[in-house]
Amino acid sequence: MSRDYNVVGKRLKKLDGFKLVTGRPAFTDDIVVPGLLYGKILPSPHAHARIKRIDTSKARALPGVHAVLTYKDVPRVPHTTAGQMWPEPSPYDTYLLDSKVRFVGDRVAAVAAETRALAEEALRRIEVEYEVLPPVLDMEHAMDSGAPVIHDEPDSTGIHDASHNVAAYILREIGDVEEGFREADFTFEREFRTQRVQHCAIEPHVTIAWLDSDNRLVIRSSTQVPFHTRRQVAMILQIPVQRLHVIKPRIGGGFGGKQEMLLEDICGALTLATGRPVKIEYTREEEFYMARSRHPQVLRVKIGVKRDGTIVANHMKVLATTGAYGSHSSTVQGNTGSKVLPLYRAPHMKFECHVVYTNTPVAGAFRGYGCPQGFFAQESLVDEIAQELRMDPIEFRKKNIIRAGDIDELSAQLGEGKQGLPRHIRSCGLPECLERGAAAIEWERKRKAPQDPRSHLRRGVGVACSMQGSGVAGIDWASALLKMNEDGSFNLQVGASDLGTGADTVLAQIAAETLGVTLDKLVVYSSDTDFTPFDVGAYASSTTIISGGAVKKAAEGVREQILRIASKMLELPPENLTCRDNEIVTKCECEKSVSMADMALHAMYKEKVQIMDHASHFNTDSPPPFCAQFAEVEVDTETGRIRVVHLVTAVDLGVAINPMQAEGQAEGAVAQALGYALSEEMVLDGSGRMVNPGFLDYKIFTAKDMPKLTTILVETEEPLGPYGAKSVAEVPINTPAPAIANAVFHAIGVRFRQLPIRPEAVLRALREKKTHEQEASAAAAGVRATGPRRAGRH
Amino acid sequence: MKTMSVRVTINGEAKEWTIAPGDVLLDVLRREGYFGVKRGCDTGDCGACTVLLNDRAINSCLLFAAQAEGCELLTIEGVAQGDTLDPIQEAFLEHGAVQCGYCTPGMILSTKELLARRPDPTEEEVRDMLAGNYCRCTGFRKPIEAVLAAAQACRAKGPKKPARAAKAGPR
Repeated sequence: MSRDYNVVGKRLKKLDGFKLVTGRPAFTDDIVVPGLLYGKILPSPHAHARIKRIDTSKARALPGVHAVLTYKDVPRVPHTTAGQMWPEPSPYDTYLLDSKVRFVGDRVAAVAAETRALAEEALRRIEVEYEVLPPVLDMEHAMDSGAPVIHDEPDSTGIHDASHNVAAYILREIGDVEEGFREADFTFEREFRTQRVQHCAIEPHVTIAWLDSDNRLVIRSSTQVPFHTRRQVAMILQIPVQRLHVIKPRIGGGFGGKQEMLLEDICGALTLATGRPVKIEYTREEEFYMARSRHPQVLRVKIGVKRDGTIVANHMKVLATTGAYGSHSSTVQGNTGSKVLPLYRAPHMKFECHVVYTNTPVAGAFRGYGCPQGFFAQESLVDEIAQELRMDPIEFRKKNIIRAGDIDELSAQLGEGKQGLPRHIRSCGLPECLERGAAAIEWERKRKAPQDPRSHLRRGVGVACSMQGSGVAGIDWASALLKMNEDGSFNLQVGASDLGTGADTVLAQIAAETLGVTLDKLVVYSSDTDFTPFDVGAYASSTTIISGGAVKKAAEGVREQILRIASKMLELPPENLTCRDNEIVTKCECEKSVSMADMALHAMYKEKVQIMDHASHFNTDSPPPFCAQFAEVEVDTETGRIRVVHLVTAVDLGVAINPMQAEGQAEGAVAQALGYALSEEMVLDGSGRMVNPGFLDYKIFTAKDMPKLTTILVETEEPLGPYGAKSVAEVPINTPAPAIANAVFHAIGVRFRQLPIRPEAVLRALREKKTHEQEASAAAAGVRATGPRRAGRH
Repeated sequence: MKTMSVRVTINGEAKEWTIAPGDVLLDVLRREGYFGVKRGCDTGDCGACTVLLNDRAINSCLLFAAQAEGCELLTIEGVAQGDTLDPIQEAFLEHGAVQCGYCTPGMILSTKELLARRPDPTEEEVRDMLAGNYCRCTGFRKPIEAVLAAAQACRAKGPKKPARAAKAGPR
């Protein structure tokens, strides 16, 4: 694109990179806190039980144990742990500690002791008598009449139908799908299943809390949402927001797992109870079964098409489980509808979803936020339809995809917890994504390449595409504070929560571009509820567009102030001046200039003004980034192993503020998505206990497993984004799974509709296929020639 | 509580630490202020706690501190010379191989070991080596590129002192 930027669009190194490559103390736990106690939570061994009796006297009697808390010791305040805007659209169904436990790993009690060993010993000395209740483990039976009721407490609110374990219910329709199916020449209906997976940030959740010298509660935590956390902890502990100070240092990855108030409340409660600093950190095992996960879903998708491949109706029915608590239950599943179905223009669309409670680990926000499930189903079915219609899968998609100028009305119906806003598509690079991705994977050649009949290895290529959002329209907002120092440097203070995404650098690039300075002049601080202004936090792909919008506005304000003072110094009107290369220069050829540093010194000590500004920003629309992904796979027909050879991601992210970091976002998303497609699953046993809570048995993709990656940034100009930017971090996680499933079909002619696609399933399917083929050829011995395969109307 | 002392050379400095016999090396290192050594799993899977022990990359969560007696340790804090970064650190920054940075110290130390052993590694060797360092942010393309670039940069800087033959580990 023809743009004339100096800082935006450049592959610049991360501002916080130096401290990260040198291992400087920067993360939550990298501090020495005198008098620190070790906090530990007693997890429930039962999936569903009431605490009949709990005796903590032996634990309390242990020297060095400073507090043991049960439900009897803490305020009972219904709340949600979902880090969302107030009022949160998630049900208030969670308690700091409760007399009922609802999943294996639910909180029974919490202790604070001098050492980890003492804390663990204290947990062992807590005597609990449970009334074990029958659990609901299978989401497909959660709504059965007579099923045990998980949330039978009277004080929870916002639950759709507690007596049938329904946390949330969604029904939205545009047009009339039944009419649409009547208009269609063919309809296709299939069922898909997705599993429970986890974020696996390498830094597990950790929180340190202490009382400062003003008796305020300071919480230093690995969180994506410091401001929501402050508000929620204040409510739960019943102390004023004023008394809380939440600090987000460097975060060791989040991916949505830290868009959750998870340890901060209990750590704060232990600090208030002891008057001492307390740290709680999850072990990897605790992280697996006590933190959050992706909602498993069963999806039924029915699509009606015309003979020429035009989609006329799209109906998606979803059953999802949120686990024991309804964190993000309606919004994640709402996204499954609002981001997935409108990818294809269809006059008739319907989305229907039950989100049910089960006595299983709690689901929550996870990169993609409901889209990976929905796109796995839709993109698999669309591929099948193209094949049945004998159309090229790319051409079929191109024919039906949403395009610039369209208005997506389903988004208006599926807002976050309330009526949303229609989505106007102002920029759409999806056709280009499909074209450039196809070229990179050599689509034409590889789709036609014959298999080697002697080899047990089969090759195939597949495609899938998706879209996401950039912030939640009309809800997400952010602010920024920018001040100039006397040497011409700037402090940029943002509530935006860089969790390893590079947000600090991207925001600084936006500021530097606007100010006409080099990136090294920016000192970024994020985020701290005392010292940075409000931001919803890092989620919904909002930071670049929403927080970046606030930064740009603040920088424009500062630039105006700079030009005003410089105009006095240079004795020229401000409109004749501009900022460039750390100087204020004349626009014309008069060649007068003053350096930013001299101007700043003058402003501070002669003019006696602090050059600074702040700004807030929100959008009434959420411009979608688009993505097309292509997989080349090799299927071993003897072992059932699927090896991904090459994964191409072509992503329309608007303008890339920092292309190097944008590529990194896409590639990280792909790595997580490969695990989702092929290897990752939190497996529960018949009692609801996770059987593989460790990296030995829960397989994430390593450097050795990763295929060749090609990342193509397809730039478009988004009018609503700062310097034309949209978002990039979520959308590439949506479709590696369907692209792989489609490639596997191309390779061996079998469709897989359940994730992950394991070797066992591949082998079983190949055996079944062989049996079918033998039966068919036996039958065909009598009756010959059935004509070309036809798409069935069913 | 029973205590004992352990003497090590860490990042070139001789140290003597008072430890409990059951103390794990990772815990002792963090207690002694080497915060660049990260905790990710405590089970030897993720490699966030990687340090070099007598020039070999090990998971410090799997070793008793007492086993480091008499050994030479290198943590991420000892890789740069003051503010001058090691070529590996430079390459990680230059190639965008750092995102959250939590696994970065481990990756850099594993790379250090690899390049001492194999100054001109193949991509396959780099992947093998990085397989012990889990990263959930990068997708590994950029770290692999960074390691290959670092190898080239190290070679261009001329032959360094030959890597000392790895001593037998203390296990």
